[in-house]
Amino acid sequence: MQTPIPLDIDVPSQQAPKGILRWLTATNHKDIGTLYLGFSFAMFLVGGLMALMIRAELFQPGLQIVQPELFNELTTLHGLIMVFGALMPAFVGLANWQIPMMIGAADMAFPRLNNFSFWLLPPAALLLVGSLFVPGGANAAGWTLYPPLSVQMGPGMDMGIFAIHLLGVSSILGAINIATTILNMRAPGMSLMKMPLFVWTWLVTAFLLIAVMPVLAGGVTMLLTDRHFGTHFFNAAGGGDPVLFQHLFWFFGHPEVYILILPAFGLVSQVVPTFARKPLFGYRSMVFATCAIGILGFSVWAHHMFTVGMPVAGQLFFMYATLLIAVPTGMKVFSWLATMWEGALSFETPMLFAVGFVFVFVVGGLTGVMLAIVPVDIQLHQTYYVVAHFHYTMVAGSLFALFAGTYYWLPKWTGHMYDETLARSHFWLSMIFFNLTFIPMFIVGIAGMPRRIPDYPLQFADFNMAASIGAAGFGLSQLLFLYTVIKCVRGGKAASAQVWDGAKGLEWTLPSPPPHHTFKTPPVIA
Amino acid sequence: MTDPQMATDRREADKAKRTLLLKFSGVAVLMFAFGYLLVPLYESICQAAGLRDIDAPDSVTSTQIDATRSVRLELDANVSRLPWRFRAETPIVEMHPGQLVNVLYEVENTSGRAMTAQAVPSYGPALAAEYVRKLECFCFTRQSFGPYEKRRMPVVFVLDPRLPRDVATITLSYSFFEVEGNGS
Repeated sequence: MQTPIPLDIDVPSQQAPKGILRWLTATNHKDIGTLYLGFSFAMFLVGGLMALMIRAELFQPGLQIVQPELFNELTTLHGLIMVFGALMPAFVGLANWQIPMMIGAADMAFPRLNNFSFWLLPPAALLLVGSLFVPGGANAAGWTLYPPLSVQMGPGMDMGIFAIHLLGVSSILGAINIATTILNMRAPGMSLMKMPLFVWTWLVTAFLLIAVMPVLAGGVTMLLTDRHFGTHFFNAAGGGDPVLFQHLFWFFGHPEVYILILPAFGLVSQVVPTFARKPLFGYRSMVFATCAIGILGFSVWAHHMFTVGMPVAGQLFFMYATLLIAVPTGMKVFSWLATMWEGALSFETPMLFAVGFVFVFVVGGLTGVMLAIVPVDIQLHQTYYVVAHFHYTMVAGSLFALFAGTYYWLPKWTGHMYDETLARSHFWLSMIFFNLTFIPMFIVGIAGMPRRIPDYPLQFADFNMAASIGAAGFGLSQLLFLYTVIKCVRGGKAASAQVWDGAKGLEWTLPSPPPHHTFKTPPVIA
Repeated sequence: MTDPQMATDRREADKAKRTLLLKFSGVAVLMFAFGYLLVPLYESICQAAGLRDIDAPDSVTSTQIDATRSVRLELDANVSRLPWRFRAETPIVEMHPGQLVNVLYEVENTSGRAMTAQAVPSYGPALAAEYVRKLECFCFTRQSFGPYEKRRMPVVFVLDPRLPRDVATITLSYSFFEVEGNGS
């Protein structure tokens, strides 16, 4: 542990650039956090719009609104934008805002690198969205970019590959920054085992990011050289193997889902104790469960590939390893429930989203256990059952936790309380419409409706109509979130420093809103 | 705390941060290389473990003919974006496991350009692959054809009698892929 060092970052605020330059040259962790959160919400709307076009086409059987080519481009871009543009930057945004304040650091470890990480994102987003308008259209191989399709497509695919390079560099740099901040800049007295759980989960996430994002970058670079420079990594003609790409992709892709869910676990672990007015049950086991999920996450990737024709021994190994992950995950759910047990519970919006998260995430997790079982997976592979399963973990899991975290800290950031009535309506609308969208997908998935196809047999019509209505409602509900946040930024009842009576942690010792620079002199933790 | 003391402390803290930055970047670079290393790694593991190399003739361990059953072999021939004609002279062969079989393929370059191509085999069902023991095959090497050249090329193989009894039909499919740059 370093000795506390006051930083001289006393640039008088009147000298700091104003207007657009303030954001372009931002090095303050709070400004960059705001940029990340704003960017991710914009991407969330773009990706959501694509989802609504998909659902509009699937409202009825037959082809009405988009042609199959565009449909495939939309499903691909929806996936890429939501994962890399919306969810990941949102978690990095929360990390930027909160981690320095939660560990008593003055700022992130590398403020200028932080600025660079953020400003790599908008060009990547432009490449992705712009690829829709080039000859041959956008990447339509699915977000998994499987060859041989991805070796054959037009320039839209190259734009997609470059976008992934930029997004990858951005998240690797962001992760290095966060890990260094957590390891090197904690206030004196804050040992690792005293860190708030959100910080812990982000530390593990940062390690995962540093280890797996480069693998994806390597995989898509191989795609690029296969496409243009005569290599044959994935091309059977030259002795290559398309399955190699699947291994590379999922070696990244499976830890990636933990990258998206571990910080969500952290957020819920901050919110639940606050509104149960009890300390978190089993802090140590929560920390160990987080590390266990992070490590096990490296040894299960091939459960996405049970149908490629792997040996039975391989299938069994990946099946058992996958089922093993249910153990630390179950420990987490148990800890949240035990924290709530006999607590003085109150249900403000952050708590509603956190409890809602536990409910829907358990649905996502249990359907995942079903999919982990090889014979079941072979039956359900590439059906809507899989689509419903991962939306339960990603939307209702990661996204609901992000909403919980945003409502939890919004009064701290803005100094105003948000409108509780609007926020609760946002929760209930999101919850109801989310389930209306995705429960029918489980049903049609078990009945055999394949994913990524713009048309379907008549017998699936009613369920698809219900899902489309749910999706439209879910999408519109998010505009209510936007309005609630803007209203809160503009004004509202003044928030106290404590905000929530049960909240514990360094960030609540700061005034609401916190000054531009906080903890210039590190606090001392007993 | 005195000012010079503070400056030293800050320098040390900065140095610790930079060291960590370098370490993490090193891990990222290594993981980037990992994807590329998989290819040579996979090949050397297969070599060390003596796993099948599809470009080399197989050896035959058992020549006992199993006359109690016969297996139907369907010979499929494809070209991938190549101006060649490629077909098996007898598309369907009935045979006993253990029997030495010789089949002929007819290949013709229909273009006025000299070309080199490589045939890649594929089996259905996939598990049959290890039981089709090829002693001689045009697929072991690249094939160069002059303009309008036509050739008959043999495949000699034995079906391993250990083939599971529930496999009654095997499809052996070859696809010719062009080797760019004239394959030298």
